[in-house]
Amino acid sequence: MSADNGSGAANGSGAGGTNPDKDLNVQNLPGQRGDHGEVIGVRRGMFGPNNGGDTSGYGGLVRSVRLPGASARPYGGYFDEVADELEGALDEQGLVPENAIEKAVVDRGEFTLHIAREHLPQVAKTLRDDPALRFELCTGVSGVHYPGDQGRELHAVYHLRSITHNRLIRLEVSAPDADPHIPSIVEVYPTNDWHERETYDFFGIVFDGHPALTRIMMPDDWQGFPQRKDYPLGGIPVEYKGAQIPAPDQRRSYS
Amino acid sequence: MSTSEATPRETTEGTVYTVTGGDWDEVAAAAAKADDERIVVNMGPQHPSTHGVLRLILEIDGETVTEARCGIGYLHTGIEKNLEFRTWTQGTTFVTRMDYLTSFYNETAYCLAVEKLLGIEDDIPDRATLVRVLLMELNRLSSHLVCIATGGMELGATTVMIYGFRDREMILDLYELITGLRMNHAYIRPGGLAQDLPPGAIDAVREFIKKMRKNLPEYDKLATGNPIFKGRMQDVGYLDLAGCMALGATGPILRSTGLPHDLRRTQPYCGYETFDFEVPTADSCDAYGRFLIRLEEMRQSLRIVEQCLDRLEPGPVMVGDKKIAWPAQLALGPDGLGNSLDHIKKIMGTSMEALIHHFKLVTEGFRVPPGQAYAAVESPKGELGVHAVSDGGTRPFRVHFRDPSFTNLQAMAAMCEGGQVADVIVAVASIDPVMGGVDR
Repeated sequence: MSADNGSGAANGSGAGGTNPDKDLNVQNLPGQRGDHGEVIGVRRGMFGPNNGGDTSGYGGLVRSVRLPGASARPYGGYFDEVADELEGALDEQGLVPENAIEKAVVDRGEFTLHIAREHLPQVAKTLRDDPALRFELCTGVSGVHYPGDQGRELHAVYHLRSITHNRLIRLEVSAPDADPHIPSIVEVYPTNDWHERETYDFFGIVFDGHPALTRIMMPDDWQGFPQRKDYPLGGIPVEYKGAQIPAPDQRRSYS
Repeated sequence: MSTSEATPRETTEGTVYTVTGGDWDEVAAAAAKADDERIVVNMGPQHPSTHGVLRLILEIDGETVTEARCGIGYLHTGIEKNLEFRTWTQGTTFVTRMDYLTSFYNETAYCLAVEKLLGIEDDIPDRATLVRVLLMELNRLSSHLVCIATGGMELGATTVMIYGFRDREMILDLYELITGLRMNHAYIRPGGLAQDLPPGAIDAVREFIKKMRKNLPEYDKLATGNPIFKGRMQDVGYLDLAGCMALGATGPILRSTGLPHDLRRTQPYCGYETFDFEVPTADSCDAYGRFLIRLEEMRQSLRIVEQCLDRLEPGPVMVGDKKIAWPAQLALGPDGLGNSLDHIKKIMGTSMEALIHHFKLVTEGFRVPPGQAYAAVESPKGELGVHAVSDGGTRPFRVHFRDPSFTNLQAMAAMCEGGQVADVIVAVASIDPVMGGVDR
């Protein structure tokens, strides 16, 4: 493991996946963190609390947080087959695959296809209907808010399972905070009805074309989208044996 | 009666009719006129037959349900948001409370996702994995028992309820023996288990298997062939394969259509490929088929539990990496269960590194390399998926639970519309939703 990622725990690469710190930096020299991957934020300091005084001496350290970046072919396993079939099927439909599939990421033995949001319904329908793909089961959508991912702050992540071929892939679609619209795929996967409502409820992603996009967990008149990163957790300090314990989001946290 | 119409009589209270038989036409006509009003009935959110705080909004015409909708969110506790403010290890304490009847599945799925992110799947000791499987299969029994018990109670079969909770009690006793708690265990931790099985646990589980083998046929005798039971359940809550796939229904609902889809078989985790068990199916697509599947799955779970016991060998229950392994060597002292004195002696007296590890892990936690992972297990209710995202920090960046109850409950409308009001109860019971999991 590279000595510079400040992580005692992060000593393994995922089975079958690439660990950008391990596999691509063959020399593994300190301070040679790769510039690959997708920057989603900046981490300051090395250890110790980030809202107290710097006692570690590493307070000036600034590192970028990077998610695993695009992978090059061959992806390995059935991933190549899925990618080939999907690209071929989209091509047949008159859609340039490169326009729809922004990038493919293989990480920790999982295959993620980043899809341009305007093409999501067509890609989903192709993945469902093409006999060689046949992803019958959509396990819903999970929203993720990356405030540091400029212009693509809101991500919607779909996991598709093929019972026929016994495969699992992930689709990831992003939208900017300023225009939080992603086409709904309820038409293709009716199971996403409640899932999209939930993601709308918590992240404010507007799924265009959803039959009734209303709040599902929070009260109908709730303001704001609770699982966005800028939304506070809330809570009050509690007293325990004479000491004040601050609310969870006010407690000391570590960089 | 000589007159066909009752004669009205004016009093200070208003007009009074003396209805003696001939004037029912008018009354009946008035009643018929009221019939075209649609009646919307709110069943729940506090109702003994709705499995927790589930609100069913039923539009009914006579006894027929013309439209059925769910109102959920009454038990939303923001666990997913809360996880983002705790360390990765503390997360198990939260996720175990999601679907509180399938705690061990939540914990295992979460830990599998975290371990995938850490890349330590292959380092988990065999004993930890076996105990996880053992607890998960016991949990399948206890969850199915609640489903059958409460489902029976809702049909008026209170004996089934008593039997179900009687047997579940034995399993909860086992949980208490093994984890210290009857529910909300937080026993399965990223990297392994919180502690090893206590002495006597294996014998207690073997004893339980013996008792359960004796008790399981009672459900068959009581319910399986019972004509009333069958009359209430057969062809009720019908959902065929196409409906299941479109609505994403998994678990017993999907298997009641004849498709033997079980993640333990198709995408094995925790070494399920090495166990000998069967995936029961039915082809009736109805509540009765799901009941039979649950009964059979309990028998299969007993088989798996037995195989776990046979294979258990002494060994560690936590990964060797001291930077991940939670330093919990619990022991019973004079003041109750706590960190073992040996461990305290070691970290305070002999090993400064051990003290540092203990301190860093407990206060700060461990870091997880950036990325995302999806881990899915076959919970008693269907596919329980965990989507975990890390930004390289000591706390989860985002954890999403794809709870099978949440997804399966969407099928309620398809199962109930066009049926009788009384069948709504049966259909919902056959979905087996637990609102703690639905609302999270």
